[in-house]
Amino acid sequence: MDNQLYLSSSPHIHSGETTERIMRLVIYALLPAVLVSLYFFGLPALKVLLICTLGCVVCEALANKLLKQELTIKDGSGALTGILLALNLPASSPWWLALLGSAIAIFIGKMIYGGLGYNPFNPALVARVVLLISFPVQMTRWTAPAPLTTGIDAVTAATPLGEMKMAVMLTGKLPETANSGLLDYFTGNMGGCLGEVSSIALLLGGLLLIYKKVITWHIPVSFIGTTLLVSTIFWLADPGKYANPLFHLLTGGLLLGAFFMATDMVTSPITYKGMLIFGCGCGLLTILIRLFGGYPEGVSFAILLMNAVTPLIDRSCRPKIYGLAEKA
Amino acid sequence: MFAAILSLGGIGLVAATALGVAAKKFAVEIDPRELAILEVLPGANCGACGYPGCSGYAKGVAEGKALPTACSPGGAEVIEAIASVLGIEAVTFEPQVAVVACQGDNQKAKVKYRYLGLTDCNAAQKLADGPKTCPSGCLGLGTCERTCPFDAIEMTSENLAVINRDKCTGCEKCVAVCPRQVIRMTPRKVTTHVLCNSHDKGALIRGYCQIGCIGCHICNKTVPGAFVIENFLAHTNYEKLDELEDIELAVTKCPTKCIRDFSSGYPAGSSFVPTRNDAA
Amino acid sequence: MNLKTFAGGLHPPDSKHYSANKPIERCPLPDELVIPPAQHIGAPAEICINVGDQVKKGQVIATAKGFVSVPVHASTSGMVVAIEPRLHPMGKPLPAVVIKPDGKDQWEDSLQQHDPDQLNADELKKLICAAGIVGMGGATFPAHVKLSPPEGKKIDTLILNGVECEPFLTADHRMMLEESERIIDGINILRKILGLETAIIGIEVNKPDAIEKLTRDCAPHGIQVQPLKVQYPQGAEKQLIDACTGRQVPTGGLPMDCGVVVQNVGTCAAISDTIRLGRPLVERVATVTGPGIREPKNLLIAIGTSLQHMLDQCGGLDGEPAKIIMGGPMMGQTQLSLQVPAIRGTSGLLIFREQDLPRKNFGPCIRCGRCVSVCPIHLQPTTIAAYARLDMIDEAENNNALDCIECGCCTYICPATLPLVQSIRHIKGSILAKRRKI
Repeated sequence: MDNQLYLSSSPHIHSGETTERIMRLVIYALLPAVLVSLYFFGLPALKVLLICTLGCVVCEALANKLLKQELTIKDGSGALTGILLALNLPASSPWWLALLGSAIAIFIGKMIYGGLGYNPFNPALVARVVLLISFPVQMTRWTAPAPLTTGIDAVTAATPLGEMKMAVMLTGKLPETANSGLLDYFTGNMGGCLGEVSSIALLLGGLLLIYKKVITWHIPVSFIGTTLLVSTIFWLADPGKYANPLFHLLTGGLLLGAFFMATDMVTSPITYKGMLIFGCGCGLLTILIRLFGGYPEGVSFAILLMNAVTPLIDRSCRPKIYGLAEKA
Repeated sequence: MFAAILSLGGIGLVAATALGVAAKKFAVEIDPRELAILEVLPGANCGACGYPGCSGYAKGVAEGKALPTACSPGGAEVIEAIASVLGIEAVTFEPQVAVVACQGDNQKAKVKYRYLGLTDCNAAQKLADGPKTCPSGCLGLGTCERTCPFDAIEMTSENLAVINRDKCTGCEKCVAVCPRQVIRMTPRKVTTHVLCNSHDKGALIRGYCQIGCIGCHICNKTVPGAFVIENFLAHTNYEKLDELEDIELAVTKCPTKCIRDFSSGYPAGSSFVPTRNDAA
Repeated sequence: MNLKTFAGGLHPPDSKHYSANKPIERCPLPDELVIPPAQHIGAPAEICINVGDQVKKGQVIATAKGFVSVPVHASTSGMVVAIEPRLHPMGKPLPAVVIKPDGKDQWEDSLQQHDPDQLNADELKKLICAAGIVGMGGATFPAHVKLSPPEGKKIDTLILNGVECEPFLTADHRMMLEESERIIDGINILRKILGLETAIIGIEVNKPDAIEKLTRDCAPHGIQVQPLKVQYPQGAEKQLIDACTGRQVPTGGLPMDCGVVVQNVGTCAAISDTIRLGRPLVERVATVTGPGIREPKNLLIAIGTSLQHMLDQCGGLDGEPAKIIMGGPMMGQTQLSLQVPAIRGTSGLLIFREQDLPRKNFGPCIRCGRCVSVCPIHLQPTTIAAYARLDMIDEAENNNALDCIECGCCTYICPATLPLVQSIRHIKGSILAKRRKI
């Protein structure tokens, strides 16, 4: 009989940490945001969420088939991309937009590079930006939140950031809501993408991820910190023209981006120092686009731009190895 | 309007001048023969010649540093073409093809232990000399398959490396990478080979492999002179290429079936089929 | 408590409960002892006896070849029945002396007892070399080499390794509890050889009884006991030095390059026996443990005892073994068979059954960076492993692949369960081969 003993290189024990577990935890952490979006946007939100999630999983299976690979959908990364994409779309998105987004995310964002682990850009953001540029009308038709309890039909509304940009462009002054609506922004009672409206839900999920050690604090803190810092400087310089930092923190996709999109492991640096640089870069770009760019919101662009320089950051942030400190 | 035309034209003029000057100043002299040689090389950048790529080899040949016969993937045609570029006489060249001298797949050869780890033969070989009891058989982890620049090697469903004789160009990369030296270069026109690499004695081999050469000499008795048996392992007598007419007879007589005629098929589990080169 | 540690590393479940409370037990002699002359780092010793010879316990059966080498001794009295290749813990058959014990276990007559106070450093070192003392934590580096710093290298600190950071193993822990006198005696001999005063014993705080006992016993000798945080690989030489002294061994260098010598506590006890009793290194304490063993124990074994025999003393197997590991689970070597003999570096025998093995399902690297954060050398294991996969030797070297201590932290934590250490070890081999060629 053949020898039944295993031989392998050390170590012979493992922490039990798996890719699937990481993906599963991120999905759990997104649940509060998902639930809030369902509460505020109702059935249309459910539709977008289902189409995106299923769409991404099916697209990944299809790509596996085409590339003659083993099925990889079990690792949960496809489903996660789907949920993240849905959270980055308006509730009013037509079904084809969501489906197209899923296909772009999986095929162009991920599989053509070789699948999970090899994509340079966050797949969900690639899809969102492609859709935003290609279908600006559908992608910016926001509906005002209509909580299930009120039973009102959805009406269109602008996002706070959109309102701000418009007002500043037309009048050179901030709209009144910029200072008064903070509590609504915090709970999610504002127009916007599915997942970006409720700050408290995102914060809850993000803290869960840090508590569970799925992500470290470096990227979210440096991202949000830089955004706050820069916006504070501008706000102090001219409070009439530039919104206060809390407004910037609670509106738009900052929290969603900082906790869930920028921390995507595949597309962010692997060293702590690199993560800090990455987060600062994201924060700086975000606020610059918000204040001076053509688009009202800059989180997606900022993260994608920083994704592009991740290899450079990694290369220049090699930690000093043991035994070199003494010599230097 | 006028200002725009002027400024754009001006920029164009400056840029064009700069480009022109740069082209003259930083021009690199290239030996025309180097380009001509690069033209006739296969362009696979396989490295079989010992140079990093075809252009490096072309430069080497043009400078007289490299032998004009070093491109084995190109074969006789390329050697002839290089010779004509250099204006020298072409050397005769016996085309070679690599053969995996083993048929001990995971069904036929015994396993020494169950291997967990890197899918790489060299890494596995470092753990107790490899997971197969046979000290010299194919480990089946596909390092050669991944190394082959011509996609000529496949792993059968039973984890045995098999080389496609049509696609193999004889670059010897697989020979260099195999930790067990189980891949050999053989003259292309010989299609009958003893597919075993173990010099162990018959009794030992029977203990760990159903299809190994036990050195019984029956092949050589069937077709006298067609095989050489050294240290209990037979191989085709490549010295007598022209006298090997009835060599196929030995295939059926071999008691362990370790002699294979590639013109009648590849080892079990392979998707390769013999084609023009091998179909005798 | 003043806890010290190093940067990086992690804390796997230490699983020491199996055997931590089992006093050291002497393992009876087996029917045959298989003693390979290759038991240490450096040149293997050369066999100097013949088949049929009668040998006594402690008699030299293989002589040292070169400076980085030590002799090998018979572990009991009896007859040499064979000198032939036998399966070695390295995984292949290597020459070995097979001794059939005569049951008398008689010591060689010529062994001499010494008083360390009467000898000078060189004489002590010679005795240590002749006794075949090697690092008993598992690395088996000849002790006398470590004690002979070249001219100009000043050694000011002696660190004793009582960390035993490998999960499961408890041999050193028991030694410290039961043999503290011999250990302290050995430390004093080492201090004399090195001509220094500062000696620090590093012990992880998961062994509070050992810390307490040694602190009490060491006080009159001026030896410091340093409690250390439970963090793997605290017992790796470089990490231990960093934790105890705050110094770092320069890359590519040895501990002596930063003025430190590190010895295992077990080695100290062996040195004491060597000098005071004249006894060479022919036995050691090894932990026989793991979920696959009925009664885990700490055994005092004669070098050359087969793993099977050790197992038989511990109630035998509990289920089918799937992995036999010599050493600890993080850095130990898997074995082909239980017939393999225990050698000087065998700190433990660990048996896992199929259900105890980690699930292996390689996935792509998701660049989570966990390997980077746990690497005690601060390398980027995933980057080096990627270069290794592509055989990019120079790039791997530029990423300091050679500094890897192969502790296994990166592979332990990797969510894609990639065999990072194996990849790095592989490319290290290629880098060294390339260097030799040039």
